Amino acid sequence: MGSKTIQRLVLAVFGLGVLLLFVPIALGIMPRAFFEASCGLGRSFGTQIACYGFIWNALTTAVFIGIVGPVIGTYLVHREMALIGETLAHAAFAGVAIGTLLFAGSGWGTPLLLSALVAGIVGALAVQFLADRTGSYGDVPIAIMLTGSFALGTLVISLGGGFATVDINSILFGSIATVGGENVLLMAVLSIAIVGTVALTYKPLLYITFDEEAARVARFNVSAYNTLLIVLTAMVVVGSMQILGVILVAAMLVVPVAAAAQLTNSFRDSLFASVIVGESAAVSGLLLSWRYSLAPGATIVVVAIAIYLLAVAMPDRTGHASAE
Amino acid sequence: MSEPIIAVEDVTYSYDGRPAVEGVSLSVEEGEFLGLVGPNGSGKTTLLKLMLGLLSPDSGEVRLFGVPVEAFDAGERIGYVSQHSTGKERTMPVTVREVVTMGRYPHTRFGWLRSHDREMVEEALSRVGIAELADRRINELSGGQKQRAFIARTLAGEADLLALDEPTVGVDADSRDRFYALLDELNDQGITIVLIEHDIGVVTDHADRVACINRELYHHGDAEAFMESDALARAYGTNSRMIEHGH
Repeated sequence: MGSKTIQRLVLAVFGLGVLLLFVPIALGIMPRAFFEASCGLGRSFGTQIACYGFIWNALTTAVFIGIVGPVIGTYLVHREMALIGETLAHAAFAGVAIGTLLFAGSGWGTPLLLSALVAGIVGALAVQFLADRTGSYGDVPIAIMLTGSFALGTLVISLGGGFATVDINSILFGSIATVGGENVLLMAVLSIAIVGTVALTYKPLLYITFDEEAARVARFNVSAYNTLLIVLTAMVVVGSMQILGVILVAAMLVVPVAAAAQLTNSFRDSLFASVIVGESAAVSGLLLSWRYSLAPGATIVVVAIAIYLLAVAMPDRTGHASAE
Repeated sequence: MSEPIIAVEDVTYSYDGRPAVEGVSLSVEEGEFLGLVGPNGSGKTTLLKLMLGLLSPDSGEVRLFGVPVEAFDAGERIGYVSQHSTGKERTMPVTVREVVTMGRYPHTRFGWLRSHDREMVEEALSRVGIAELADRRINELSGGQKQRAFIARTLAGEADLLALDEPTVGVDADSRDRFYALLDELNDQGITIVLIEHDIGVVTDHADRVACINRELYHHGDAEAFMESDALARAYGTNSRMIEHGH
């Protein structure tokens, strides 16, 4: 089938690009010559963009966001758990706040990111505990977790001397200037762990997403996979927060997936399509935000929503299928 | 005689102190087609879930294929189709073939699908007559076609026990008849079936044994004997309109 070959080709080129370009940058093993060459190439096109280290860091992080956000989001959206990401982002915010007290840091230092990760995972386990106890990922426990952890974070920041001491803007709205090399490394490690885990558990996760009860009858450990999924979500959220900000980070879990669901018939295709949409939004949003000095998170989200609206406006998917 | 496929012994289960199933004992033998009937809220679904180990009884014991249900781990032997099996597909992109392939997941777990798995999927698709719909998104199918897809999923999994909870809700009469004809065929080939169905006529037509419950077990035996007994009247209550309507 032609379309399948094209799909595989796109996937292979994309995967190879990530492996050869962005993984080495994240690991800090990309030779200097690469940056010098790309800086020179950029200059010949009249732009300085490729000459800044922080742009490469931000771009690399954005590329990973474009992969892991939609991959995990595909499972969350179709499980009707779309707002879990938002909740965990707020839990992670509390973690950042506690980190500012513990490490006297500000902005997106790596210790803060790690304390955000711990808080995010604790929040994830708390959400899962509430879900197990109440039998669903209900609105009310989710809303209590979301607002409660934001309140906790705000209190902790006030205790530590107030918002003057913390770069609250970059925490809430994201920033590309503060993505340090260590954070890129952390994001790469998280991403590899996330993609590896999903590749390994693709089948049970899909089964549970589609028909939880039948999966339970088939003796899949549904509760364990739910916990796994929600912990992976916390990892995605924390890794993506530096650029997208606490408030907007959940969009990358939801918007590309919603767009992909409009464009594809099969789950597998929708997973790949959501990554393509997420990647397009993350990379082009980041470049636009740099070019026009806009908030990166907001720009990425608006681009993603524009793609979603285009997907919705496309001819009806069902009619499209029968016309083939 | 070999051990029953399902053995329920003096099982009781309550939701927050409200008993849903009380002191029920029954068994399902290999190759049997058991119809589970009872009024709305009579605990049919609860009993089925207890049989499958989706719920744990407050007291009593359930054995599946001769193993205590909590220790049972041969998930691939059971095919389960509920009304809820058809909830997600409205928005989720997933093809008919992907749904049927899920039947192989308990066999492969984390591994790759082998050619044998793919063959089983294609065979199951043609077996229920939806091979030409395999690449369609499942939400494009009619209610009857969808239920065939779910049956195909259990066939692909080589399940030898089918547990069906009101599988034909919202399916038109014609497709429903064909669906039950398919169940009869599968039963003839030796697959054990437990069916919850609110239409008692369907149950007595297709099932060889009937269990009638309303919290407690009112009847468990031959379908014909069931019709002749007063179990129905007792379980449903004498002023039930359903009895007058159906019979």
